[in-house]
Amino acid sequence: MKIEVLGTGCAKCKTLYDNVQKAVAESGKTAEIVKVEEIPKIMAYGVMSTPALVIDGQVKFSGKVASVAEIMGVLT
Amino acid sequence: MLKQFADWLVFSIIGLIPGSRAGEALDFFIYDTIKIFLLLTTIIFVVAIIRTSFPPEKTKRLLSHKREYIGNVLAALLGIVTPFCSCSAVPLFIGFVESGVPLGVTFSFLISSPMVNEVALIMLWGLFGWKIALIYIGTGLLVAVVAGIVIGKLKMEQYVQDYVWEMQVGNAEIVQLSFREKLDYARGYTLELLRKIWPYVVVGVGLGAFIHGYVPADFLARWAGRDNPLAVPIAVALGVPLYSNAAGVIPIVHALTEKGMAIGTVLAFMMAVTALSLPEAIILKNVLKNRLLVVFFGIVALAIVCVGYLFNAIL
Repeated sequence: MKIEVLGTGCAKCKTLYDNVQKAVAESGKTAEIVKVEEIPKIMAYGVMSTPALVIDGQVKFSGKVASVAEIMGVLT
Repeated sequence: MLKQFADWLVFSIIGLIPGSRAGEALDFFIYDTIKIFLLLTTIIFVVAIIRTSFPPEKTKRLLSHKREYIGNVLAALLGIVTPFCSCSAVPLFIGFVESGVPLGVTFSFLISSPMVNEVALIMLWGLFGWKIALIYIGTGLLVAVVAGIVIGKLKMEQYVQDYVWEMQVGNAEIVQLSFREKLDYARGYTLELLRKIWPYVVVGVGLGAFIHGYVPADFLARWAGRDNPLAVPIAVALGVPLYSNAAGVIPIVHALTEKGMAIGTVLAFMMAVTALSLPEAIILKNVLKNRLLVVFFGIVALAIVCVGYLFNAIL
C-alpha cells in the first residue's frame, strides 16, 4: 500500500503526515508513506485544497487534516 | 442576560465598583468574551456544515467558462461558502484557470474568500451589530466583483506564470459526505478553528477592554476621525501585516471607534486585514508574475480605500 500526503509544506500537512504514521503503526499494516510537495504532482490528482490524502492513487480526503481514526477507516 | 451575568460577577462577586475604570474594563471583558465565544462556536459550526456542500472542486465546475460580470458576482458569492486557506491558494488558482474559469472571475473568488469570512463577520456582528456586519458583507462582495472585473478587462493572462497553463490537472471525483460525516467534519473544523483563534480573541478583547476603560474618549478623534483624509490609507497600510488576526483585531478596533475612530476607516482597516496579506502575496508569487501581483494588490487596496472614504462620508 502506498500512502501519499499531498501539500505544499504547511503546518496542517505535517499534522496529517504524523496522523498517517500513527494510523499505520496502530493498524499494524505495512505501507509506504510519502510526502508530495510538488505542485504538478498535486494537481495531477485534481486536488485543489491541501492537505490531501491519497491511498494507492485514490484521493481519500482533501482540504482537511483527517484524524487517526478516520485514516484507520480508509486503510485497506 | 449575559450583561446581567457579567455585571453580577464583576460588581457583586468580585466587588469592583460600577463606574470605576477597573470595574468597567473587567465587566466589558467578561461580557464580550462570553458573547463572542458563544457566537463563534454556533456560527462556525453552521458555516462548516454549509461548506461541506461546496467543496472547491464543485465551485470550480460552477464557475468554469462563465461570462464576465455574472461570473464575477457568482465567484464572489461562492467565495463566502467555499472553504479556503491561503496555504492552498496555489492548487486552487491552478485548478480554476486550468478548468476555464476566466482570470478576472478567479480573482473575484480569491478576493472575496478570505475577506468575507465567518470569523470576521461574527466578530463584527457581535461587537458592532448586524448593520455593520451586513455593510461589510455587501461592500466586501462589491470590492471582489469590481476588482475582478477590472483585472479581467486588463487582459493580464500573460502575467500568470507560464507553467500554470501547461499543468495537467486530474479529475478528482467529489466525495459525497453523509449527514453524519458532515456533522463530524463541522465539529472538527469548529474545534480546530477555535483552538487557533481563541488566544487572539482573548488578547484582543482584553486590550479592547483596557482601551474602553482607560483611554480617554475622543483620544483618536483628531487622528483617526473622519476629518483626517490620510486616516483611511494609513489604516489600510497598517492592516496588511496583521493578516489572519481578524479575531484579535476587531475587538481592539471596536474599542477605538468609541474613542473617535470613524466607521469608514474601521471598515477599510478590517478589509485590509483580511484581504491584503503578505503571506498570501508570497504564496501567489508562485503562480503570478510580479506585474499581475502588484496590479492585484493595487486594485484591491484602492477599492478598499474608496470604501473607507465612502462610509466616512455617509455614515
